[in-house]
This record gives sequence, structure tokens and C-alpha cells, in this order.
Amino acid sequence: MNKKSAVFTALATCMFSLPAWAQSGIDQKINDAVKPASDWVAGIIFSSFPMFGVQFPFVLVWLIVAATIFTFYFKFINFRAFRHGFELVRGDYNDPTAAGEVTHFQALATALSGTVGLGNIAGVAVAVSLGGPGATFWMILAGLLGMSSKFTECTLGVKYRNEYADGTVSGGPMYYLTKGLAERGFARLGKLLAVLFAVFCIGGSFGGGNMFQANQSFSQLVNVTGGEASWLADKGWLFGIVVAFAVGLVIIGGIRSIARVTSKVVPFMGILYVLAGLIIIGMNYTQIPAAFVAIFDGAFSPEGISGGVIGVLFQGFKRAAFSNEAGIGSAAIAHSAVQTKRPVTEGFVALYEPFVDTVVICTITALVIIITGTWDPNVDPGAGVQLTSTAFESAFSWFPYVLTVAVVLFAYSTMISWSYYGLKCWTFLFGESRAVDTSYKLLFLVFVVLGSSMQLGSVIDFSDAMIFAMAFPNILGLYFLLPVVKRELNEYWDDLKAGRLQKFN
Amino acid sequence: MSLVFLVGVDCSDCSNRALDYAAKRAAVKGARLVIAHVIEWSPFTFSTPQENEERHKRREEELQRAHSEIVDPLVARLLEQGLEVEGMVRHGHAAETLMQIANEIEATNIVIGRKGGSRFKAQLFGSVASALAQISDRPVTVVP
Repeated sequence: MNKKSAVFTALATCMFSLPAWAQSGIDQKINDAVKPASDWVAGIIFSSFPMFGVQFPFVLVWLIVAATIFTFYFKFINFRAFRHGFELVRGDYNDPTAAGEVTHFQALATALSGTVGLGNIAGVAVAVSLGGPGATFWMILAGLLGMSSKFTECTLGVKYRNEYADGTVSGGPMYYLTKGLAERGFARLGKLLAVLFAVFCIGGSFGGGNMFQANQSFSQLVNVTGGEASWLADKGWLFGIVVAFAVGLVIIGGIRSIARVTSKVVPFMGILYVLAGLIIIGMNYTQIPAAFVAIFDGAFSPEGISGGVIGVLFQGFKRAAFSNEAGIGSAAIAHSAVQTKRPVTEGFVALYEPFVDTVVICTITALVIIITGTWDPNVDPGAGVQLTSTAFESAFSWFPYVLTVAVVLFAYSTMISWSYYGLKCWTFLFGESRAVDTSYKLLFLVFVVLGSSMQLGSVIDFSDAMIFAMAFPNILGLYFLLPVVKRELNEYWDDLKAGRLQKFN
Repeated sequence: MSLVFLVGVDCSDCSNRALDYAAKRAAVKGARLVIAHVIEWSPFTFSTPQENEERHKRREEELQRAHSEIVDPLVARLLEQGLEVEGMVRHGHAAETLMQIANEIEATNIVIGRKGGSRFKAQLFGSVASALAQISDRPVTVVP
């Protein structure tokens, strides 16, 4: 107990000294200091090549080509296994003797609470603003193809997970890259890819999974409390400390009840958000056909969008990838604790993640923004949440308050998920011990405060870059492991068709 | 046909009367007894990745604790009385899981105790006894 309180004191001292820097303009200094490095890394990750007159970042091509290849290689598994995936989530195949273990539903819900977040609310608003309504079309397409990427990585996540002697389970790309590639005779490459993945994942966990979340939820909070004039406007550090404390209670203090409450409230907020979106769409039902016409027209013959069709496609793909993380590898970590004898079953379940995240939730956001006409081509990419907030406000004047609560909770649950992903990679690199564990967690909390108290544009760029960078080692490894997944899939599919699988409910 | 009584127990102290009742009947009728405890659990809850990672371990711990603190002492007590007794611990919805067990062991009768909860609480959350009475396809004895 003493140890714990010492940690908290150290933490509190550390966090209270941060705002002092922020106030003294040190954020600008940090910004300037890391900018060259950040620009360099972001420059490599987002290095683009000209395609039809537009600069197209290689990483997006990498993601979308992989998703397309997986879709064809597994013969449209994203549609083929859709129904069976639902039966698995519903628990038709849950073995009663395994009651009490992690079910397919629970694994999916956990993974979803890590992905459904600001990407669905803020990211989509930016995509529609910069790419026009047509971006929605490409976003949906990317979501559908992304289902195949998730299928592949989550199957492998379960297949090559570690089951420790004490009964805990953990898995993810670091394990399937090392073990899977070693099996295929590429042990050294596998190890290298796993280490690269782990490094990028830690970066992503501090950035997109943390600072970006803290920053955007604070921005929405300021926005609803009066914008510039808000009492909170210059108190990002305070918000950061409160959030860091709340995150710390769960990840360091081990206070499960908070995590448990959040994990119940978050799905509820998600449903509320979807319902509110549907009501707004329903209230303007006469405009639905026009919205779809705008989406299709905009997808193939956009007007006034820089880069034409490719420019629109770029916006749609980018936001879909950022929101559903298909091919990034993070979800494989979240899915891998499921109880199943057949790894491929979790792959089928994982199909639902990009589907719910992108095809359903992102599309609803996009439709609301298009129908209410709130999109604005001159939007500042950092103001995504505010745009969505305005769109919902035009129908329900009180909705921004609900949205703020939703945004903060989504951000919070995404942070908890990402702190776990980052920690798994951190211990993969530095070994398992209490000190290693705690050092990562403390660092994570420091980044929460940094993210919300400073306007570190380039650090946020850097973290975006880190999340996308995870796709390089992950997908490269996936190509090597495709035959493994295919074998698992074929064996299972034959059993399923032949009725050899026992249904319990 | 041999008689099998399934006794649902909540905790070791509060299920004494139901257990005594079942034991007495079993002794008279020469029935086999199965003492079952259900750990409340649903496949549709939300959890953090950390909880999922430890779930398997926690489940083992929960089963062990339920055995050592609730079921095993009761089984031992009835064994002393010379009855044929077996203990069982499962995760799930209490009433549904008891039904499942009843089917598996082909119980002829189910005996459960009733928690002394208020009517209000029972209205709000439902009680195992009333749920079981609703779904059961065999006699259920509720011992107050």
C-alpha cells in the first residue's frame, strides 16, 4: 500500500509541474524541438507518390491493397462469414462447460470500445469537409474491405497467443510475427518485424491512442462551455490532470469498478449517438435520396475538391483506416483473450468491428453532416469534433452536451484500451516486471496531461504517423502467414458445412 | 428409476434449511443429492482488455473459492450423514444454469432456498426461486 501511495505522490508532483511548463510557453519550445524529428518521421510514413496528379501516401495504398488482396484471397470472407460471425457473437456456439471464460461477444465489445471513439465523430467530419460527401462512399468501401484485414489479423492473434502458466492469456502481432514467421522459416525477419511493430505501437499508444484523444475531448469540452470565453479555455492542464488521474486509478490503482462502470456506459453512449443520428436522418428523410446522390456523385465526379476523385478517395480511406484500425494490428491484441478452440472463429467475429465502426457509425455521422449541410471545405482539421457537434446541434440544441459526455467517455475508454496495447508491446520489448510495467503506465499518464494542455500539432502528427506505421510490419507479416489462416479457415468451414460443429443454443 | 435431488445453494449458512430438507427427504427415499452453486455471470457483459486477459485465471479462482467456501463443506457434512452427495459449481444465470444442470444429471426434483429479500427487491431484480419455478419442467421445492 505504501508503495502505491508513493507512486501516486510522485505522479501527482510530476503532473502538477507540467502545467507550469505549459504556462510558460514551453509547449511552443517542445513543439519547435520535436518538429524536425516529427516531420521527418511523418514524412517517411506518409511519404507519397504522385498518382493521377495527386500526392498519394504510400501507407494508404499499403493498407487498401492488403485489404483487397485479403478479400480476394479468402473469397469474400467479409460477406461469406457475416452470418456465421453473428451466430458466434450471439453465443450459439458457446460451450456451456466454458461458461465464465471470455466469450466472443465480450472480446468483440472490448475491441470495439477501443476503436469506436473520436475517429468516428471527429475524423469523419474532417473527411466529409475536405473530401466532400463522396468521401463517405470510399470510407464505406474501405470499411468493407478492412473487414478482411481484421479477419486475418485476429485469427492469427488467437492462434499464436501466449498462454501463461498462471492462466493469463495475451496475444497480438508481436507474438504472431515472432512465432508465426519462425514457423515458416523466417525467424529473424519475424523478430525484426515484431520489434518494429512494438516500437510503433508504443508510439501510437502515446499519440493517437492518448494525446489525440485527450486533446480532442478537451477541445469539445471548451467548445460547449463557451469556446474562447470559457473558464476552461486555458486550463487544459487541469483537464489533463483529472483525466490522467482517472486513467491512473484504473491502470495503476487497479480500481476495477471505474473500468467496469465505463465499460457499461460507453456502449450505452454509442447506442445513444447512433439513435440520435438516426433520428436526425429520419427527421430529414426527404433529403436522404439527395444525400446518397451527393455521396455517389461526389465519389466519382467531385467538384471543387482538390485532387478530384483521388483526392476524395484519399480522405475517405484515410479516415476509415484511422477509425477502424484494420491492418494496423491493434485489434489483434484486444481479440486474443477469447475462449475458443478454433482461432478462426474470432476472425469471423472480428469482421463486425470495421462493420460497426465504419460502415454503421461513421456513415451515420457522415449522413448527419451531409444532411444538415454543416460541412465546410475550409475546416481546420483539428476542429472535427466541433463540426459534428454543430451538425447535431442544428437538430437538438442540447445535443452538444450529450456529445461532450460521449466524447470524453469514448476518449477515456480508448485510452484505457491503448494503454493496454502499449503496455503489452512495452513488456514484449523490456520484459515483464513490476518496474517495467509501472514505468510505462506513468509515462502514459504524463502524455495524457501533455496531450490536453499543449497545442502540440507536430507531436499529434507524429502520433498519427506512428499508428499508421504499425501497418508496415504487421501487414508484411500477414502476407507470410496467409496460408496459415487459409488452412484454419478451410478446415473450419468444411466442419461447419458438414455439420460437425456443435451448436449449444 | 433412481431419484436425484438437485439442491441449489447460495452460501453455506443461508442454504442450511433447504439442504436439511433435501437431506431428510433423500435419506427417506434413498435419493442421490447434487449440491450446485451458480456464480452469477453473463456472456454479454463489457470488460476491459486487462480483465479479459486475466479472465481465465479469475474463473479458476472463482470456481475454487466457491468449492472450498460454499459447496465442499456442505458436501462433507452430508457425506458424514451417509448420503450419496456430489458438489458442482458453474458460471451463468442462476435459474437457467440450475435448469441445465438438472437436465444433465436427470434430476427428479429441484430444491432451493429462498433469500429473505424484500418484495421490492424481488420485483426489481427477480428472484432465482420465482424464475426457476417459471422455467422448470420438473417439481421445484422452495424452502423458506
